[in-house]
Amino acid sequence: MPDPIDGVFAALADPTRRAILDRLATGDATAGELAANFPISAQAVSKHLNVLEAAGLIVRTREAQRRWCRIVPAQVRAVSQWAEQYRRLWEERYDALDDYLDRLQQEES
Amino acid sequence: MTLNVQTLSDTTLVMSRTFNAPRELVFACHTQPEHLRHWWGRGNPLDVEMDFRVGGKWRFVEHADGTEHAFRGEYRAIDAPRGFTCTFEYEPMAGHILTEQYVFTEEDGRTTVTTTSTFASKEDLDGMVGSGMEVGAEQSYAALDDYLAKL
Repeated sequence: MPDPIDGVFAALADPTRRAILDRLATGDATAGELAANFPISAQAVSKHLNVLEAAGLIVRTREAQRRWCRIVPAQVRAVSQWAEQYRRLWEERYDALDDYLDRLQQEES
Repeated sequence: MTLNVQTLSDTTLVMSRTFNAPRELVFACHTQPEHLRHWWGRGNPLDVEMDFRVGGKWRFVEHADGTEHAFRGEYRAIDAPRGFTCTFEYEPMAGHILTEQYVFTEEDGRTTVTTTSTFASKEDLDGMVGSGMEVGAEQSYAALDDYLAKL
């Protein structure tokens, strides 16, 4: 049973896919529009979209004759929440280090 | 003093923090068990096992509110007292391995610690970044299948 967040990080490990997500954060786009934004083939864009979709970071919908790609904010948020927790932990740790360094240097002087 | 945080990408964080202490001492606080024990647990009791050399492993167990939180990793590069690089893993989330690079710079007797943390999935660690690799391997195996069928 793969951990869902694993797929998210693997999907985000690629700079082109991160750029595609940044573009989709500003609004929905078709694969064709995305391909026009990046210096890679339509086939390569399509592969990246498959990875993003499998990771749950985007969904694809069909409207009339066009297929739209849409970002899934909740899944993208899971990553930023992780970053926030990590930051908070280090803040507490480094406050404790501040106190410890003060104690150490007072003992020395 | 405040902790500055920048997100370089969705998988990389850069944090920096300045301490009122010389570099040698701040470096020692990050790399010697008798010092680490006093602060890394954020005031909670901490068990420290570490072998501070390249390829050496470390494991810290923080005892907080009756539960144990275990972290572990391996030292990848050491350039004392300028910095070091290690991997970082929270044991309940095994497999989610971070690479942390610590850089220590001193100015006017104060030391700034800059940490670059990169989250790498298992695929990344194996150099399997992105989707192309798996597809490539699949194609190679398909070609091998065809070839074997002809023999």
